[in-house]
Amino acid sequence: MNFEHVAGKEKGKITLYALSTCTWCKKTKELLTALGVSFDYIYVDLLKGEDRSTAIAQVKRYNPSLSFPTLVIGDKCIVGFREREIQEALGR
Amino acid sequence: MNENFNEPTDSEVDKLYARLDREAKQGGYFLNPDAEFVKGLVRGLLINERRYGYRACPCRLAAGNKQQDLDIICPCYYRDADISEFGACYCALYVSAAVLKGEKELSCIPERRQPKETGMATPGASGASTCATPVKLSVPVWRCLVCGYLCGREGPPEVCPICKAGKERFERFI
Repeated sequence: MNFEHVAGKEKGKITLYALSTCTWCKKTKELLTALGVSFDYIYVDLLKGEDRSTAIAQVKRYNPSLSFPTLVIGDKCIVGFREREIQEALGR
Repeated sequence: MNENFNEPTDSEVDKLYARLDREAKQGGYFLNPDAEFVKGLVRGLLINERRYGYRACPCRLAAGNKQQDLDIICPCYYRDADISEFGACYCALYVSAAVLKGEKELSCIPERRQPKETGMATPGASGASTCATPVKLSVPVWRCLVCGYLCGREGPPEVCPICKAGKERFERFI
């Protein structure tokens, strides 16, 4: 499974599970980019076969409702574009 | 799943946007007033239409199987409840009158849809035996699972006259 990497300030492991067609996912990705942190993201809707099942299993571990965006910051999970929560979790 | 499709053009996006706006108004619904935001969603709907053959919600993970995704074809089965409770549907394509007028702020909406393992997510799709006292009807009553439109006829209409949902998204109500 190939995550796309966005370079930036190291704030621990940040993983964004997103959908390529979702505007809220896009806003979340833009927020992370604007905050300038280093993160990895993946578009789950574009995955196939085993990669897709693996990604779905990973999302469900944090967010059983399998909704997007699912953002994992360290061991904290933020579901949806919750701007303030994301900023707080990243110490802003 | 079709992966070899052309990206929707701006004119296709504008055309569907205009149509959805017209149909929403006709049915008593409102599109989000943020045109750029809506265009992003409309583009997602067009991509999903090419990819899956139907306009699955751009903000949800489609299974790629129409039967499994019936509840999340736009407009989805959850739209009306989310508009009533949160002022917008899950992806915020449709909003309430209060949000449209700027009287209510939009915020992140929790997912109302239940994960698929717990069975088909068709709230209200309770089958034909919902009537406590058996009544003799000359024709059955059909209910649109998207907007609740009811009609008495031999079979469901091809397209819901209110929300344009297809006939496969009707249940026999009585």
